[in-house]
Amino acid sequence: MTLAQLIFLAAAAVTLVAAIMVVTSPRLIHAGLWLILSLAGIAVLFILLDNGFLAVVQVAIYIDAIAILIIIAVMLTRAVMSDADRQINRMGLAAAFASLILLAGLLAMVLQVPAASPAPLVEAEVNLDALGRALVDVDGFILPFEVASVMLVAALVGAILVAMAPARGD
Amino acid sequence: MIPGVSMIHILILSGVLFTLGALGVLIRRNAIVMFMSIELMLNAANLAFVGFARSMGALSGQVFVFFVIAVAAAEVAIGLALIVAVYRNRGSIDVDMVSDLKG
Repeated sequence: MTLAQLIFLAAAAVTLVAAIMVVTSPRLIHAGLWLILSLAGIAVLFILLDNGFLAVVQVAIYIDAIAILIIIAVMLTRAVMSDADRQINRMGLAAAFASLILLAGLLAMVLQVPAASPAPLVEAEVNLDALGRALVDVDGFILPFEVASVMLVAALVGAILVAMAPARGD
Repeated sequence: MIPGVSMIHILILSGVLFTLGALGVLIRRNAIVMFMSIELMLNAANLAFVGFARSMGALSGQVFVFFVIAVAAAEVAIGLALIVAVYRNRGSIDVDMVSDLKG
């Protein structure tokens, strides 16, 4: 077993165990911390797949921004739902069954992927230069890129509006 | 590809992670945990994208991951604002309680 295989197995195991803990942990704050571990495992997998840039993006945006935002939301709404309450809704069993069917369907689909596409791999490093050019190239992805920036501004302004405390004296 | 690890392994990992996320969305009552589970599902999709981009030597897979992360950031901002608004109005973030539109 090569070193890369070992690292892959370890990262996969950490990611999956942390994901299971996110789904099952009765304490919200613990679920948030497990989520960070799971996201970090994904970042390690990105590095293994020779994509250091996306690993950095994963850490900077997912772990730094999104997970911390979620944990702050947990703290803001913490007093409401006590950790001792029932965490699973009435349809829990049916939902678990539906997830099993989903897993079977996904695995059946995955196993049809043509095995061992011979990994052509021109250069070992991900071509960051090409990625940056593709994002702003007229023939590339400039339209979705600009739309994404407008969408982000709209979403953040909207989030402020939605979450703003109602004015006094309404 | 990672030496000794084939595309199938990455796709299986991605599928299992996606299923865990879907399970979390379906069974949990707390809106914030449902959010975390949605993030898990998005990450599973990202993993599959990066794996394919790596095995096919294609650029568009990485570009898609980039956009998925941007959309996830927008989604989490709006979603958490909604959760805080619901919490402020009803004093609860149990999704079973938010059922005013139920016929």
